[in-house]
Amino acid sequence: MAIILTEAEAKALLTKVLSYSKADECEVNLLGEERGNLRYARNEVSTSGSLINKNLAVQSAFGKRVGTATIDEFDDASLEKVVRRSEELAKLAPENPEYVGILGPQQYVKSSGFFDSTAKITPDTRATAVDKSLQLSREKNLTAAGFLQDNYGYTAMMNSKGLFAYYPSTSVNFSLTVRTPDGKGSGYVARGYSDFTKLDTAAATRIAIQKAQGSAEARAIEPGKYTVILEPTAAVVLLENIYFNMDARSADEGRSYFSKSGGKSRIGDKIVDERITIYSDPTNAELPASPWSGDGRPQEKMMWIEKGVVKNLSYERFWAQKQGKKAIPFPNNMIMMGGNSSLEDMIKSTQRGILVTKLWYIREVDPQTILLTGLTRDGTFYIENGKIKHPIKNFRFNESPIIMLNNLESLGKPERVVSTETDRNYLVPPMKIREFTFTSLSDAV
Amino acid sequence: MPKIPALARTVTAEELLEPGLDIAIKKRLADVALNAATAKGATYADVRIARYLNQYVMTREDKVQNIINTESFGVGVRVIANGCWGFAAMGETQSEDDVARTAEKAVAFAKAHSRLMKKPVQLAPQKGFGEVSWKTKVEKHSFEIPVKEKTDLLLAVNGAAMSNGADFVNSTLFMINEQKYFASTDGSYIDQDVHRIWPNFTVTAVDKSSGLMATRESLSAPMGRSYDYLQTNPTDKLTGVTTRYNQGYDMLEDATAAAKQARLKLKAKSVEPGKWDLILDPSHTYLTIHESVGHATELDRVLGYEANLAGTSFATFDKWKSKNFNYGSKEVNFFADKTQPGSLGDVGWDDEGVKTKKWDIIKDGILVNYQAIRDQVHMLGETESQGCCYADSWSTVQFQRMANISLAPGKERLTVDEMIKDVKKGIYIIGDGSYSIDQQRYNFQFGGQLFYEIKDGQIAGMLRDVAYQSNTQEFWNSCVKVCDERDYRMGGTFFDGKGQPAQINSVSHGSSTARFNGVNVLNTGRKI
Repeated sequence: MAIILTEAEAKALLTKVLSYSKADECEVNLLGEERGNLRYARNEVSTSGSLINKNLAVQSAFGKRVGTATIDEFDDASLEKVVRRSEELAKLAPENPEYVGILGPQQYVKSSGFFDSTAKITPDTRATAVDKSLQLSREKNLTAAGFLQDNYGYTAMMNSKGLFAYYPSTSVNFSLTVRTPDGKGSGYVARGYSDFTKLDTAAATRIAIQKAQGSAEARAIEPGKYTVILEPTAAVVLLENIYFNMDARSADEGRSYFSKSGGKSRIGDKIVDERITIYSDPTNAELPASPWSGDGRPQEKMMWIEKGVVKNLSYERFWAQKQGKKAIPFPNNMIMMGGNSSLEDMIKSTQRGILVTKLWYIREVDPQTILLTGLTRDGTFYIENGKIKHPIKNFRFNESPIIMLNNLESLGKPERVVSTETDRNYLVPPMKIREFTFTSLSDAV
Repeated sequence: MPKIPALARTVTAEELLEPGLDIAIKKRLADVALNAATAKGATYADVRIARYLNQYVMTREDKVQNIINTESFGVGVRVIANGCWGFAAMGETQSEDDVARTAEKAVAFAKAHSRLMKKPVQLAPQKGFGEVSWKTKVEKHSFEIPVKEKTDLLLAVNGAAMSNGADFVNSTLFMINEQKYFASTDGSYIDQDVHRIWPNFTVTAVDKSSGLMATRESLSAPMGRSYDYLQTNPTDKLTGVTTRYNQGYDMLEDATAAAKQARLKLKAKSVEPGKWDLILDPSHTYLTIHESVGHATELDRVLGYEANLAGTSFATFDKWKSKNFNYGSKEVNFFADKTQPGSLGDVGWDDEGVKTKKWDIIKDGILVNYQAIRDQVHMLGETESQGCCYADSWSTVQFQRMANISLAPGKERLTVDEMIKDVKKGIYIIGDGSYSIDQQRYNFQFGGQLFYEIKDGQIAGMLRDVAYQSNTQEFWNSCVKVCDERDYRMGGTFFDGKGQPAQINSVSHGSSTARFNGVNVLNTGRKI
C-alpha cells in the first residue's frame, strides 16, 4: 500500500478498522509521511537522510477505561489485531476520570496546505537547491552551514460516532548560517513554505551573506535598556512563549502568567498595547494549517488577544466541561496582525537603538511573568540618528514578552517566519519596542 | 508530558520483556546490509539493527494519567561512497530484501550528494572486534517490576507532597532499554544492552491571596541504571540543609521535603543583586558543566559542523595548541569518560564500533583535548577516535555526541560544611533551574531549585529570584575549591539536544560541591 493515501483510500481503511471494534467507543488516527533532508557545513555536504513513516493508532474505550494501540502494517489481520489489542489494554487500564468520550461528526473549514512541488522533491532537487547557496558563499570566500528539510504527508481520523477528518500537507524549511573566515562576522536566514516553488535559496543566501559581512568587526556597547527593532525571526521566539502559556487549566489553577489572584484567569483583561491583535486561522493562504485538532475538534478562526485584551484561552475538553466553557482547542497556527511601518521607517525614526535580527537559546526564567532570557545572534546593529552606524557585540537579555508588547512603538507588515527554537512557522510583523532590557555582553559571534 | 516517540509502536508491559531478534538473525541481516552496500560501491559501511523499549508512568495528584509502553525497531545503514556519507533507514523489517534496499539507498544518497563535497571523508582506522557484547549492570530490571508497584510508588509520592503543603504534584518514571546491534566493514559485530532510568516530580505551591506560585523539582538524577536506583541505603544520602542523593534515590522522602520547601519559597527573601560567592551542589553544577564545558569541547562544534543551529565554540584550535589556555583555575580538572558505571554515557563501544575510554579534557585548568569521532580525529593529529559517536534511533544518523564530562574531585580532604564555614557572603545552590548560554559558550545564565543565603559561615535562610550570569572562562577561573571524592555525585540529562534534524543524547556529569568567588547574581523578580 502507498505511504500517502488519498481521502477515499484513508476513509475506506478507517471504515474497515472500525468494523472490527467491539468497544463502547472507538477512534482511529492514521498518518503517512515522507521526509528528506540535506545538511551542509564548512561549504560541503555533511549528512543527508530520508525517512518513511506510516502509523495507525486505535483508541478503544469501555466506559472510562481507555486503551491505545498502534501499528504500521495495514493488512486485514494486522488491523483486526490492533483493534483487539487496544480493547485488551482498555480493559486492563484504570478508569480515567478525565475521559469525556469521543466527538460526533464535525464540520471543518477548507484549508489547502498540500503542494505537488514539495511532494516531488528528490535527493537531486535538494542537491541543486543547496548548490545554488554554496556557490554564492564560496564565491565570497565565506563559510556556509545550512539545512534543507522537506516533508509531505497526510493525517486522517475516524470514530465510531461518525466523525471523519482528512488533511494532506507539505512543508519545506531552509536555514543557513554564513560566517566570515576569521570568525568575526555571522549572518543567518531561515525560510519556511508549504510550496517549494516559493523557496529561492540563492536570494535567501544573499541575505545571510549581507548580514555576515555587515556584522564583522562588532563593537561593544554598554548593556542596559534600549529601543530595539526586532526583525520577525527575532520577535517570534519571544511571542511563542506567550502562545504556549495560553492554557486555561494552568491559568485557572493559579500557575501561569494568565492566572490572577483569587483563582481567576486574565480573560477579558487588557494585558498589552491596544495595537496588538493575535489570532489563529487554518485557512490563511500564507500559513495554511490543519482545520482540525488531534482529537477531532474543528479549528476555526479564533481571536486570542484582540486590541490588547485576552479574548480566549485553550481548553482541554475535560476542563471545559468542568468549568462550563467552550472547549477551544490549542491552535494549529498563530498570526499576529501588523501595522504600516516598514523596517526602514522604524530605523529612520530611531534616534538611538538596536536592530536585532535573531535571538537564541530562549529559556523561561519566571513562569508568572513569562520572564525570558536568551541572547542576540548572527547580526546585531547599533542605530543612531535614523541610521545603522555599526555592528555591535551580542547581548544577553532578560525580558518578558508581555512587558515588551506594552512598550510597543510601531509594527510592520507580518511575514511567514520559522522559529529557531521550535521549527514552527508563524506570521509575525517586525516591531519596534522601547526599553528592552539587555543585562550583559557576550563575546560570541 | 512525553508523547509516544515518533516511529515507535505501543506495546504491553509484558512485551517489553520479550526477547528481541535472535543474534544469529541480526548477524545475517547485518552481513546482507554490508555486502549490499559494498557491492554498490561503498568503501565503508556500518549497520545498526536496534530495538528501543521505553516505559513512561505518569501521575498527577491522586490520578494515574498515563502508562505508555513503546517499542521501536529498525535498521539504519551508513556508508561512504564517492568519498561522501550517505544514510538510510527502515523500520519494522526483518526482510533481507528490505535491508539490502536500505543499504543501496544509502549508497545512492551518498553518490547523489558527492558533487557537493570538496574532499573525501577521512575515516580513522579502526580494528574489528569480532563478535562481542556489553550490558549495563542491572540488579533489578525496570520492566520486571509490575506496573502496579510503580503507580503505587508515584501515588504515594504525590500523597506525601500533598499532605506536606503542595497544591499540585506531577510525578513520572521514565525507563529505557536500548538493544543495539552494530556491525561494520571493519569486522565488528557488537551487541549491547543499555538501561536507563529517571524518576522525577514537580511540586507546586500556590498562595491564592497573593497569586504567587513556587515550584520545587526532584533532586534525582537520570542514571544509566535500572530500578535498583530507587533502592536507598543510608550511605547514599547526604544530610544538610536538605537531603541529597548519590547511588540510590529516596523519592518519597524528597517529595516530602519538596512540598515543605515549595511553601517556604513563597515567603523567601528576594535576593539582593550583586557579587556573591557561590557554593554549587553537584545536582546543580552538572548543567553548568554540560553547557559551558561539555558542549564547548565538542570538536564538531569547534570545526563549524554545528554552526547553523547549536553553534561553534570559543575553545578554538589555537587555544588548545598553545597548551597554556586557562579554561579554569588550577583546581579545575575535567575528564571525559564513557566507562563510568551508572552514568548515562556508559557503554562498551560507541555507535561506530570504537571501544569507549576515559581521557582528560582540562588538566590543572589548561585545555588539553576535545571530544572527537572517526572522521574528525585526523584534524587533531590523532589516529584513534575517542569513541563518542551516537545516534538516538535506528532511524537517525550517528554523529559526535557528548561523552560524560565530569569535574574531578578536589585532592585535599574537604566537606561541604567545612567549605560553607569559610564563606562570608554567599549563596548555596541546589538543583537545576532555568539555563541559557550563547552559541560559542561564553556567556551563560543559570537558575536553580533551592537557594540558601550564607552569612559569616552559617546558613541564614532561603532566597528566591536568584540567577547567576557569567562568562565560561571567568567562571571556571573563579573556582577556588572543590570538595573531595566523598561528595562526588552525578547529575545528567536525557535531553542533550544537537543536530539537524534534532537528536537527543543521554549524558551524565559528575562533580563534588565546588566554590566560586564573586559571581554576578541577578534578581529575576518582575512586577507586571
